[in-house]
Amino acid sequence: MHLSPDEIIYWQHGFFKLNATIAYTWGLMFVLALGSKLVTRKLSTGLQRSRWQNLLEIIVTGINQQIAEVGLRQPEKYLGFLGTLFLFVAMASLFTIVPGYAPPTGSLSTTTALAICVFVAVPLFGIEDQGLGGYLGDYLKPTVIMLPFNIISELSRTLALAVRLFGNMMSGTMILAILLTITPFIFPIAMSALGLLTGMVQAYIFSILATVYIAAATRVRKPKPVPAPEPAAKH
Amino acid sequence: MDSMTIIAVASIVTAGLTIALGSIGPALGEGRAVATALTSLAQQPDAATTITRTLFVGLAMIESIAIYCFVVSMILLFANPFWNHVIALVPGK
Repeated sequence: MHLSPDEIIYWQHGFFKLNATIAYTWGLMFVLALGSKLVTRKLSTGLQRSRWQNLLEIIVTGINQQIAEVGLRQPEKYLGFLGTLFLFVAMASLFTIVPGYAPPTGSLSTTTALAICVFVAVPLFGIEDQGLGGYLGDYLKPTVIMLPFNIISELSRTLALAVRLFGNMMSGTMILAILLTITPFIFPIAMSALGLLTGMVQAYIFSILATVYIAAATRVRKPKPVPAPEPAAKH
Repeated sequence: MDSMTIIAVASIVTAGLTIALGSIGPALGEGRAVATALTSLAQQPDAATTITRTLFVGLAMIESIAIYCFVVSMILLFANPFWNHVIALVPGK
């Protein structure tokens, strides 16, 4: 049994390997893009809308609400990035219903790529909001001695994001593969349902953590306290 | 015992011990988290959505530790670099 879909190679030419991870990732992207294109061809603003448009509106407003609840003031700015993270990881896990499919997030390369996207996006959003000096000054808070610890925490939480998602997805598929060789019918189905649930929870966790990191980088500074007015001049 | 045997025995024993000891802490932690969440749900039922959401996020964070141990265990069993290196030397012997 293979540890990750990286090991299933469809075609190879020199250095480039077309493995199952790349194939399924592109397949997912194709399905998501084509599906959204088909649904949003004829949008209606009245009370009569197709159920697919309804579904998309529920998803978009739901994600907007979650982002606003975490504390980001203009959710629309971050909706593209965070919504894509959530939808990609959720769809990658949901498609395990299809037989013969291995989730691309079960490969450490995919999850590391997503975690690096978050690692790059947090300073970008922070600098866009606070300016370069303001964002870099955050690393010196609360004292200058905390600078190495802040940097280490940035790196370690990126690593934690990648390994958490990879571990959850990989363990789900591996448990299923092992069980299929031992007990035939009912137990693997129950584990497959559990795998779907954890996949959805992990998608939510990944995007909520990305939201929290971005909110931490862009939070409103407390305004400096205005000094008390001078006491009235002595007579 | 030659080096191949030592590597094999060490990998197998460590893989078992890693996942066995590594799941104790997170299991206890998750038990406490859910117990506290149930207490607060009983005290304030109208904050149920917030409590449930925070509970799930907290559980996923605690679960991460067990997942790290599981990943190490799987690497030792299925993608062990020391074993692969030693196995690759066998045809040459």
